[in-house]
Amino acid sequence: MLEMRKDIFADERDDDLREVGRPTQRQDILGHVTGTSAYYDDHRFANLLHLKVLRSPHAHARIRSIDDAAASRAPGVKRIIRGADVPVNLNTLLSLIQFGKDDEPSLATDTVRYKGEPILAVVATSERAAREALELVRISYDSLPAVFDVEEALKPGAVPVNPAYPKNTFDYHGKYDHQKLRFGDVEAAFAKADMVLEERYQMSPIEHAPTETNGSIAVPDTNGRFTVYTSTQALFFSLDTSAKINAMPSNQLHFVGGTVGGGFGGKVDTLTEPLAILAARLTGAPVRYRLSRHEEMQFGSPRGAERIYIKDGLMRDGRIVARKVRAYFDSGAYTRLSSYAVVKCVAHIPGPYTIPNVHADVYCVFTNRTPATAMRGFGVTALDFALECQMDKGAVAIGMDPLEFRMLNAYRDGDMKAHRRVAKNCALIECAQVAAEKAQWPLREEFRRMSSRKGGGEARPEVVADRSRAPAPAGTPRSPASTPQRVAYDRPQVDAKPPPSPPRDVPSPAGAPPSGSTHGVRRFSSIFGTRRR
Amino acid sequence: MAKHRGRGVATINYPIGMNLGGDPSQALVHSNPTGKFTVSLSSIDLGQGMKSVTRQICAETLGVPIEDVYVDTADSDTGPHCMGSFASRGTHRVGNAVMAAAREARGVMMEAAAEELEVDPGDLETDGRGAIHVKGAPHRSISVRDVAIAAQFRQGKTISGRGIFLVPLSDVDPETGEMSPATCYAHACQIVDVEVDDETGDVTVLKMTSAYELGRAINPKLVEQQLVGGSWMGMSHALYETPEPYYPDTREGPRDFNEYLMPGPGDICPHDIIVLERPAADGPFGAKGPGEMCANPSLPAIANAIFNAVGVRIDELPITPERVLRALRERGRSVAASRAW
Repeated sequence: MLEMRKDIFADERDDDLREVGRPTQRQDILGHVTGTSAYYDDHRFANLLHLKVLRSPHAHARIRSIDDAAASRAPGVKRIIRGADVPVNLNTLLSLIQFGKDDEPSLATDTVRYKGEPILAVVATSERAAREALELVRISYDSLPAVFDVEEALKPGAVPVNPAYPKNTFDYHGKYDHQKLRFGDVEAAFAKADMVLEERYQMSPIEHAPTETNGSIAVPDTNGRFTVYTSTQALFFSLDTSAKINAMPSNQLHFVGGTVGGGFGGKVDTLTEPLAILAARLTGAPVRYRLSRHEEMQFGSPRGAERIYIKDGLMRDGRIVARKVRAYFDSGAYTRLSSYAVVKCVAHIPGPYTIPNVHADVYCVFTNRTPATAMRGFGVTALDFALECQMDKGAVAIGMDPLEFRMLNAYRDGDMKAHRRVAKNCALIECAQVAAEKAQWPLREEFRRMSSRKGGGEARPEVVADRSRAPAPAGTPRSPASTPQRVAYDRPQVDAKPPPSPPRDVPSPAGAPPSGSTHGVRRFSSIFGTRRR
Repeated sequence: MAKHRGRGVATINYPIGMNLGGDPSQALVHSNPTGKFTVSLSSIDLGQGMKSVTRQICAETLGVPIEDVYVDTADSDTGPHCMGSFASRGTHRVGNAVMAAAREARGVMMEAAAEELEVDPGDLETDGRGAIHVKGAPHRSISVRDVAIAAQFRQGKTISGRGIFLVPLSDVDPETGEMSPATCYAHACQIVDVEVDDETGDVTVLKMTSAYELGRAINPKLVEQQLVGGSWMGMSHALYETPEPYYPDTREGPRDFNEYLMPGPGDICPHDIIVLERPAADGPFGAKGPGEMCANPSLPAIANAIFNAVGVRIDELPITPERVLRALRERGRSVAASRAW
């Protein structure tokens, strides 16, 4: 259930609006709940042809020869498309915003660089006919060594994956193999820190797993135009990419999107439209190209894996004085969007905390796997996982409540961020206070009084030194619950004895009595509670 | 064997819009001759509610009832350019473009009404129910419908507006990383309670308690939909999902939903959600965007809760039962492993 806390930041808001802020029923709800909203694949065409691609069985190989003679004579086959048929067979998505080099073919010609890379397309009267024709294509390969680990890929002598980037890293600013962040002096701060905590984190790739797989239908229209029905998340992005690859003026393409069966970032790459359009041009018929579930799972781009190393310098009073990050984005064989995610990741370091010394090097690395792309939380999700696990370890290391440790270091209005912009409009502390109150996570009085609007832009006021031994102020709800919680967090790292059975009474801060509202103003839900007007 | 309960927390922020800006969106708003408005966009509604959010922003700005606005999306012949539906940019970027277009259309509508009522446009206001009247004199009124008819057939005016919103592209310093990545940030804190079975390695998420600060909830129901769905996705990322379970080794990749695991309806937990609104200076009515950020805190909060429950840190995602058991065994902490039978 959702509850609005209109009392907080009320002085910064105008609450006399008429339509904004209302839980109005969505405009498209009737279509959605009655199953009549049209997806791209709900459009029906007579003489529809179907496109299927042949994918590489090797992660890295040279193509010695392709024999498609039998396939071209197979029943129902209308056309076979090879790399040489693609007008501009090298592209990178972000060339639309002048970022990066063209590095990815629509259909591989001489080398395949990941298992599943498209080599050849069959256009046939049914998907089955197309699949059966693909079985008749004979390709001979010379297998090449492949690299799958980001740090292996950076070692001297590593197999080069992508000829546009022979050192297996994206080029930043024409001179670096990574994006830098430099703020203050981390090494000096580590030397003075009471404690240094260095950790490694790894996120595996993640599939967007949309209900509707990627797909499109290209339909020849009158006057040389083509109408393209598509599942894209970015209509003009896909239109301009398709126009570039097909060497067509953009106004010969009419893109129609609409209801999408789940995107999450996996429908930006324009995986199907360029070949569907090319096939429609070559055959003069409407052509559908949609990924099977297996293709979507393994060869549609995933959220890329990231490996992140974090080193923190901590003081006993709970302040973080330095944070150093080294991270590797696994881009797979081609760039797509990972190069951009790296810069967004750098901008996000060191997280929503004010740390005076920050240092980061983040790499976009090429390996012989399915190219990665954007996904919900682009460049940030894995970093947040690493940062927030690191924050938890830091709290344990110095013996401080993990939420209070975060609030103490939280950024506030007026603080200078590591990318050298002044923080404003902050609200991390307030979120922590509200969630803690609701979950009955006990916070000490000084933390319940904290504000994102006070104390920023200057050194934080002194807090109780060595907080782990500081008695909680009398009467605060934290003390009864916090003692067993402390035991849980401070459990020694190595314990040779088997735990007692039952192992222990697992403590939880939830046992604390509810604390009073820290804000003291009436609150209501805009959905269930008092009406606003 | 035993089940252990634990609690973990994470606090995060999230930038709104494409990193560094440079990601414009346009909108067109026009009235038909009976005072019904159409918003023309090329932006995509992925199910997140883009059409509904922009519809509410347009109605609020025009000062007309929501029923009198219809949002048409996703056609490159009729909708002007939009960068795309990603980067939590829909509400902020497209919302601002629609607001600008609606403001321009409202200007023409008020001029046309002023001409009909023979007053100064500055003396008029909308009542939000389909009429325009002289401030302080509600009886001197004209319906939006009559204004639209007059504009089209008598005055020869188009009640229409164009809008664009662009955050100018920021440079990035190669040496220091100095840059302007975003103009505003959403915030969240999530507290998660889990139960860990030390015999099977299974992790059950029992409860989530979250606070999200979003600038302005344009539509609280749509916000709730995003926050509930995002937390589910975060839980799924934390405990279940990957196409490469032994990354960087590529073996055992799933091919379908029988092999690619995600939590089902029975794994969804109660979730207390609280929304805060600290308006962004450049957001439409202060709005930021809830889309991406709400998935992020669940991953670390669950990992931290598992540590609180059984004392092992699992720093690799996803936190599968296999990884939990291996970590417990490595630490010599598994009750099952320590028993003599």
